[in-house]
Amino acid sequence: MDVIIIVLLVLIGLSTFFSLLGVFGLMRFPDVYTRLHATTKCTTFGSLFMVIAVMVYGVVRYLEVESYNQGSFIVLTVHAFLAFVAILLTNPSGAHAIARAARRTGIEPEQAVIDEFEEVK
Amino acid sequence: MLTFLTIFLGCLAIYLLLVAGSGPGATFLTQLFSYEELIAAVLLALLTAVVTRVVIGKAVNDNMLKNPLRLGMFVFYTFTVWLYYLAKANLDVAYRVITGRIRPGIVRIKPGLKTELGRTILANSITLTPGTLTVDLDDKKDELVIHWINVGEYKDEKEKLNGVCGPFADWARRIAE
Repeated sequence: MDVIIIVLLVLIGLSTFFSLLGVFGLMRFPDVYTRLHATTKCTTFGSLFMVIAVMVYGVVRYLEVESYNQGSFIVLTVHAFLAFVAILLTNPSGAHAIARAARRTGIEPEQAVIDEFEEVK
Repeated sequence: MLTFLTIFLGCLAIYLLLVAGSGPGATFLTQLFSYEELIAAVLLALLTAVVTRVVIGKAVNDNMLKNPLRLGMFVFYTFTVWLYYLAKANLDVAYRVITGRIRPGIVRIKPGLKTELGRTILANSITLTPGTLTVDLDDKKDELVIHWINVGEYKDEKEKLNGVCGPFADWARRIAE
């Protein structure tokens, strides 16, 4: 059990680290597009490690505990995985929606070396 | 008929995943599902398939739903190529957050995909991979507008496409067209 706790702590630590990087990116980067990069990518990895931690915990507890409500650990594991799939599907779409709305309202990308957006018409 | 079967199996799988662990037994197999949930799963999946068959059949004229091999390829793609690039993207952005080295810009690429599904897969893949974010989609000219956090060197369109989305364009074509 001790080994498992260390593994879980490492996973949760990694998750927190990447989420924290997302926050730093949000504060450091110059404009809305670069900030979106930081928040979409880092939070995906952060939640991935958190989900892995929950799944490891669920599986280990399932094998360890022998009782009538053992099934609740299967529920925990499967639902954590489904939550991650939902994040994977909605995260890029949400980022894309924000970026598109920002561009259409006329927000210019700062420090840009190239901008080919205007060729639309 | 094939659409019907696909919807039925898909709904069944999702419902069973959501209720996994509801059984009363003592071994793993009996713990997975109770009889009530199994019956409810089959009935609900049948109902959903009957109601939505016509609508979805009209909306999806892609080959993907009708060919199980493509679905398998999609899963394979998600768990190998895509996951590798996801990890790379995260480390890359983490590096840029810490050092602050960015060279942002907006570029247009022409992936040459025909179906909407292919474009969706490509656009979502691009957003979650190294330093690229889909800003807009031009359906008529078949072009994607991409915000690139670190604009690389390129000489022609092909190199640009390669730099932005790597192997994703080929994969999207293989899966959806």
